[in-house]
Amino acid sequence: MTETTLPMPKQPNILARLFKPVLLIRESLVGMIGLALVVFWVLIAIFAPALAPFPPNANLMSTQPPGAEFIASATQMIGMQPASELCNAIEGDPTKVDCGTFWLGTDLTGRDIFSRIIWGARQVLIFAPLATFVAYIVGIPMGLWAGYSRGRIDTVFSFISNVILSFPVLVLYVLVINLIGASAFNIVAAVVFASAPGIFRIVRGLAMDLRAREYVFAAETRGEPLAYILFLEILPNARGPLIVDAMLRLGYVIITIGTLGFLGLGLPPPDPDWGKMIAEGRTFLQVFPWIPLFPCLAISSAVLGFNLLADGLREVSLRD
Amino acid sequence: MLLLIGRRLGSMILVMIVVSALIFLALEATPGSVATKVLGPYSTDQQREIWMAENGYDDPLPERYVRWLGDFLVGDFGESTRFKTEVSNVLWPRVWNTTILAAATMALVIPISLILGVLAGMREGSRTDRTISVASIVTTSVPEIASAPMLAFVFVFLLGILPGTSSFQDGFSIAELVLPTMVLVLYDFGYVTRMTRASMAEVMTTHYIRTAVLKGLPYKRVIVKHALRNALIAPFTVVMLQVNWLLSGVIVTEYYFAYKGFGALLLEAALNKDIFVIEACSMIAVFVAVGTQAVSDIGYTFLNPRIRFS
Repeated sequence: MTETTLPMPKQPNILARLFKPVLLIRESLVGMIGLALVVFWVLIAIFAPALAPFPPNANLMSTQPPGAEFIASATQMIGMQPASELCNAIEGDPTKVDCGTFWLGTDLTGRDIFSRIIWGARQVLIFAPLATFVAYIVGIPMGLWAGYSRGRIDTVFSFISNVILSFPVLVLYVLVINLIGASAFNIVAAVVFASAPGIFRIVRGLAMDLRAREYVFAAETRGEPLAYILFLEILPNARGPLIVDAMLRLGYVIITIGTLGFLGLGLPPPDPDWGKMIAEGRTFLQVFPWIPLFPCLAISSAVLGFNLLADGLREVSLRD
Repeated sequence: MLLLIGRRLGSMILVMIVVSALIFLALEATPGSVATKVLGPYSTDQQREIWMAENGYDDPLPERYVRWLGDFLVGDFGESTRFKTEVSNVLWPRVWNTTILAAATMALVIPISLILGVLAGMREGSRTDRTISVASIVTTSVPEIASAPMLAFVFVFLLGILPGTSSFQDGFSIAELVLPTMVLVLYDFGYVTRMTRASMAEVMTTHYIRTAVLKGLPYKRVIVKHALRNALIAPFTVVMLQVNWLLSGVIVTEYYFAYKGFGALLLEAALNKDIFVIEACSMIAVFVAVGTQAVSDIGYTFLNPRIRFS
């Protein structure tokens, strides 16, 4: 804590102040491993078009048997394939072209698993943060308002969140998706609906704790409007636990989106989705184990990244 | 104390009533769609109207809701369109199967996570603590949809020691219960472990523990006699709340291993628009979740002398 003495010491700019706890992550090994995993997947998602050797939905099957071997070179007959612009001529065999390597094999319809996992990262890292972010946009103002004002607002909001939270999460998702149908927008909406009450509860607790601080009294005495007190006095001081919670929640939303895809309630085909890839491949676990297992590793490592990052952030935030 | 229990049960009943109204509204607000789902998409308007008249769907919404709730309370859930029989005939055996699975999971999760949590929290920051903490983060990071294929691959296909489906085709067998239980335990124990650890670590910093150590009591005795009693109050709540998570995990696990439980039934019903089964399953799920939450709250007050005697 810096003492506020007169004359005021030069304050670091507001961004640096807000993200100071985030920068402290350097001190936690576990946190750095988590951060590395997260950065790894984010980079893959951003550079998916450049990294993926094949289009994710391209059917490269005519030259390869179903579930082509783990690490197989793709050669194909000239003039048979739509993906032939990817291919180079092979010297000495004018009937075939070389199209590259399936590093992780292909799935049953001859799509390259490596490329599908890379494009799947993009799906996950667009929808999970988007849904989590919107859930915070909904949960934070309600939580701040209820925790600060108490009274009837608090009773009403708390009851609503209790009702929603009393559903086992996946039961709620199954019901909501069953009701509104599976589409990208609906899945985001369902995640927001199911997560916002949990965020509300945490923010409310933090606001109830912070409302009795001196700086809040000072702002009240100055006659600041409600929104100023909520968003500029209470919220910035609640950011620590919220950042940790957001990382945990992101990991959990990735699991949720994957699980919905697995259960056939997720994003519509054919775009690659890790959960759906597991579902499609699981029946062939014995013969072509790489089809389901690589997406399993992908989703687990992404979730692990966010969970370790959250743990590291909690560790460094408790330190000071 | 009694007042507290009464209030807790009252709010539980209130939540259940609101939840039942929500489920009813979500699935049965428009009688026409109920008729379509029951009679199938190729039924004629005339057939639907006859069905609606026969089954009282022409009555106003509140009246239908009250009747529906009344039927529900006496165990009359309607008839399943998919299984062509009373919902209760399908539901109760499924609920029983899930109870077996959940009991097996809890029987493992509770001792494992309490022991690991206490070991980790006993000496905060030690190597044991770090190892257990990181291990529990890793296992909770592997979702059921990923751990199920991975464990099945290892135990069914590489080692060949466990069956890959758990549908109990030839009657009940322990071997078929192992994989689903393992998947659920792996995903669930980490959270309880971390909560126990946090609670234990907090107790270890208190003055009475320091006093006990300083007056020369053996360390083991300090842990067992002094620390555990207080440290295990919080995990009790967490374990009870874990039932809510378990009900989610059960859907994936049962679906994966073709286990004939209630989670798989809910999913099957949802995918086939079998609305009376959806209603019954979700009501039971919420009832169990809310019930365990109430038990955990009441139990917490009962276990915690600071609240019990206030």
